[in-house]
Amino acid sequence: MVKGTNMSTHSVTASSPGTEANRHTAGGSVGSLSDVAQEIERHLPDKLMDPIMETSLLNIYYGDFHAVHDVNLAFGRNEITALIGPSGCGKSTVLRSLNRMNDLVPGARVEGAVNYQGQNIYARGVDPIAVRTHVGMVFQKPNPFPKSIYDNVAYGPRVTGMKVDDMDDLVEGALRGAALWDEVKDKLKQSAYGLSGGQQQRLCIARTIATKPNVILMDEPCSALDPIATARVEDLMLQLTQDYTIVIVTHNMQQAARVSDRTAFFTARPDETTGNRTGLLVEYNLTKQLFSQPSDQRTEDYISGRFG
Amino acid sequence: MAAYAETAAKTVLATAGRDRDRSVKSLVFLGLLWFSLFFGVLVLVALIVSTALEGAPRFDSDLITRYSSTLSPERTGFRAGILGSLMVILATAAMAVPIGIAAALHLEEFANKERWYNKFIEVNLQNLAAVPSVVYGLLAVAFVTLMGIHQRGLVISGAVALSLLILPVIIITTREAVRAVPREIRDGSMALGATRWQTTWKQTLPSAVPGIATGTILGLSRAIGEAAPLLIIGTATAIRFDPNGLMSQFTALPLEIYSTTSQSREDFRVAAAAAIIVLLVMILALNGLAIFIRNKFQRSW
Repeated sequence: MVKGTNMSTHSVTASSPGTEANRHTAGGSVGSLSDVAQEIERHLPDKLMDPIMETSLLNIYYGDFHAVHDVNLAFGRNEITALIGPSGCGKSTVLRSLNRMNDLVPGARVEGAVNYQGQNIYARGVDPIAVRTHVGMVFQKPNPFPKSIYDNVAYGPRVTGMKVDDMDDLVEGALRGAALWDEVKDKLKQSAYGLSGGQQQRLCIARTIATKPNVILMDEPCSALDPIATARVEDLMLQLTQDYTIVIVTHNMQQAARVSDRTAFFTARPDETTGNRTGLLVEYNLTKQLFSQPSDQRTEDYISGRFG
Repeated sequence: MAAYAETAAKTVLATAGRDRDRSVKSLVFLGLLWFSLFFGVLVLVALIVSTALEGAPRFDSDLITRYSSTLSPERTGFRAGILGSLMVILATAAMAVPIGIAAALHLEEFANKERWYNKFIEVNLQNLAAVPSVVYGLLAVAFVTLMGIHQRGLVISGAVALSLLILPVIIITTREAVRAVPREIRDGSMALGATRWQTTWKQTLPSAVPGIATGTILGLSRAIGEAAPLLIIGTATAIRFDPNGLMSQFTALPLEIYSTTSQSREDFRVAAAAAIIVLLVMILALNGLAIFIRNKFQRSW
């Protein structure tokens, strides 16, 4: 666990009433992006008062390459935050820095702070393994383990030594949480590789929530899925906000508009001397405002399809 | 203009339609390929058939249950060599497999590949795989002498020599098997809060086991046919007792075959030919096992 702080393992925050009812569900007909975003009638504060996670002056380097420059972002509890932008703008890099998955990339270096419930996860003495039990991650390509469905879900609690009264209950709960239980309850002992791509991705979500994180990071979770499977995952994300905070990287602006409460737009700026492209945050706002009244010309160009 | 295009299209189709696979040049080339293939296979088949024919009179139980005998050459056997080879291979496997897998896992999963000493080790592993086997015999002599064993031709010395010989093979094939496990599996495990060690132990290694097993068995089947390093460590060629432990003297089947063929009497040559077939069967059985494991457990990601 993290030294010197009292990060609670799982502080369940009460979800604001009417969260689900007022949200637009995924997969419906899509008008213009701002129309879609307007439908989300959630009463969100313009300014986040109590973010669960926050980056300040975040700079990320891979060796000499400056990948991300001065990112300040705050993620609201039980909200979905979308990170959008053209390829190579550093949005995935930022996402992976939120649970220290970037540590696994040789040569990766982080400057600045990422505060999770007030604690800088890059501070000295913080165990990245502990960070990842609080901040889970779902990847672009479904990556179930070559094990049974049951063992996939039970893997996290087992390796982290979580105290579990009844593993069967926990597995069922996680699979229900990921809206997969009814489809797999009769074949829990079968290989996860027998599932369809969309089911595999929901299994990966189940696997992540089995470790009871507070935040779930999703790196283009639907890019390998067909539209129907995508719609199901999007529905699931909206359900998950009752208990979890979600940060999602997506290339699909419709998706950002459909599911997210706030959207951060990134772009890449080439370095004058080296030509390396450094990612930076252009605009961060409520999703409906970002899509209806972008305040930056680059955002407007991007969301209207003129660039990127 | 349209007519021109039509003609052009016809020409293109006509060119493509003429079967270029049937031109003289490609037929000659194909013939050469077939010849090369058959040459290799033919030599092997001829060798095996002529050896089997020569040894045919001696395919009896005496061949594997009796010790070598100069008094009754028509009933001489290779019991000591067969048991000796099996024992030394078991000891080799017990030594080389854990060390080889551990070394490969360290290099692949834990070592910092940017560091010069890891690059140095990497280059030298490739070189080690190409070192003549005699050299490993010398190395083994030095090694066991340093351990304080001065007796010649012990099972442990043979196992050390053969372990050194096949370690590079095991390390290289294990690294390849480990590298074939997709990064996404490791990332998925780490993202759930597993440590690097748990990830390696519970995900990477089990997924790589088929590849590791295949490489290891192929290494062992190479070792079982080796004679040179065993000669260097002073292995006896004619022994009339079963090896009974690591500190026991032994002889190996290739050595016993070698010493038997150098006898002048016809009976010995027949026995040696039969023993060669026994050795081949042992090696082919190991290779067959490797192929079986590979086909049965190999996973495509």
